Amino acid sequence: MDKPSDNKAWLLVLPAFLLVVFTAIIPMMTVVNYSVQDTFGNNQFFWNGVGWYKELLDPSTELGGRFYTSLGRNLIFSAIILAIEIPLGIVVALSMPREGWSVAACLVIMALPLLIPWNVVGTIWQIFGRSDIGLLGAALNGVGLNYNYVANPLDAWATIIVMDVWHWTSLVALLCYAGLKSIPEAYYQAARIDGASRWAVFRAIQLPKMHRVLLIAVLLRFMDSFMIYTEPFVVTGGGPGNSTTFLSIEVVKIALGQFDLGKAAALSLVYNLVILIVCWVFYTVMTGSRSRPHVLGGSS
Amino acid sequence: MTLIPGGRMILAWFLAFLLLPIYWLVNMSLKTNTEIVSGLTIWPHSPTLANYIKIFTDSSWYSGYINSLSYVLINTVISISLALPAAYAFSRYRFLGDKHLFFWLLTNRMAPPAVFALPFFNLYSAIGLFDTPWAVALAHCLFNIPLAIWILEGFMSGVPREIDETAFLDGYSFPRFFLRIFLPLIASGVGVAAFFCFMFSWVELLLARTLTTVNAKPIAATMTRTVSAAGMDWGLLAAAGVLTLIPGALVIWFVRNYIARGFALGRV
Repeated sequence: MDKPSDNKAWLLVLPAFLLVVFTAIIPMMTVVNYSVQDTFGNNQFFWNGVGWYKELLDPSTELGGRFYTSLGRNLIFSAIILAIEIPLGIVVALSMPREGWSVAACLVIMALPLLIPWNVVGTIWQIFGRSDIGLLGAALNGVGLNYNYVANPLDAWATIIVMDVWHWTSLVALLCYAGLKSIPEAYYQAARIDGASRWAVFRAIQLPKMHRVLLIAVLLRFMDSFMIYTEPFVVTGGGPGNSTTFLSIEVVKIALGQFDLGKAAALSLVYNLVILIVCWVFYTVMTGSRSRPHVLGGSS
Repeated sequence: MTLIPGGRMILAWFLAFLLLPIYWLVNMSLKTNTEIVSGLTIWPHSPTLANYIKIFTDSSWYSGYINSLSYVLINTVISISLALPAAYAFSRYRFLGDKHLFFWLLTNRMAPPAVFALPFFNLYSAIGLFDTPWAVALAHCLFNIPLAIWILEGFMSGVPREIDETAFLDGYSFPRFFLRIFLPLIASGVGVAAFFCFMFSWVELLLARTLTTVNAKPIAATMTRTVSAAGMDWGLLAAAGVLTLIPGALVIWFVRNYIARGFALGRV
């Protein structure tokens, strides 16, 4: 539909725009400002130009080395998270009842992890995974596995991944469920008359209808898993060693631990840029494939 | 009726997986520390509410809940009231730079809070809001205003434009039209947007902790106090954790019929 053009609409956007400028642009400029300076004690700042960026992007320096290993961890983590949560979320959404009292019960239970403060999520899993007082840790050790997320990097990774699956798969499932709900019953009847297999129904009806919500799900899950800070920080503190130190933990460590504001700021900006680029790539790839015509009434 | 074979089993396993860690937390919160450390018990053998009583009687504990709830509520009110006119503009008009502006607003959702922690600290200290609920509420607008605009725009675009035009022909002024006619039409959208603002402000901790020290300290930050020289007070930690689940659970219960639609951000 054609919207009328009217620049006075800016007046309606203005209050929200000004507040976001205040909360986003001013701090962002501070970060840019820090990123080209070096700090010493007593709040003295010295011009450093693009020095930090050069050091950051050069893997042979200490800062660059940390940047690339943490970036690698982030990318692996997000890839694993998307590979598990997106298919699992779709399967759970397809398994949900479509009407009746049980729908509300499912929705409420599934939304519960989403509304727990993130450090409490960390606390829950920290307790749950401990071999002395946690059910999971005790059970795994009980069946003879030597599970210890504090000492073994692999166990720490497994714990954080399972925790994230626990925390966020519901979001994917709820999004997909909302997409599925918008499919008229007539589509299924038509498919039944045509004798379509379950897989054909999924490919031709359900997947196209879920396309938009899946785009939202992939983007949100990528952004949030790539920005993850609180949960692993509470569970492992970035350890054992540095094995679960993600970029966000690295930024906070450098900024507030070492007070190297310049380094942290440069790292922050590159970090933010990586998220923007990956989101843009996902968006382009996923909306690009949409121009393909759908078999069964795929227009939405 | 589910849509795939074995759906019921899959769903049952998934829900059990979601509930198990929560059950364990509740279980621990009802035990004494002696029982917790002396071995695993599947249910509390001598159930006690001592942990909860301690939280409700110690002001340094319960003030954390009040602080958290106050910045979450302030943030929700600010986000919704500013997002409403903006979303209306995006849904009804084309204007200079509208697409770029919309995209830029959304990119703020992609900025890691870790990046903003320190600049926020400087900014809110400079304007004298540090350690007040207002600092946290304004900081959370960074991601909540764009999200609220996105959701509300979806719901508003579902309302036919003829309604606006008829109202203006009938002599309604814009504010009167907006409050009397338009707002009731998108009431469920406002509910969903408010739910999301509440949710993301309630669960965020990094910024909330950075921007407060004593007076406005959120409950989630208070919880770190259970580590003391005498060792961890596990029961107290678990009880505090359980109490942080309650506001979320209440909110979900009230919006349960809108959740599915809201997660699709209004325009499937």
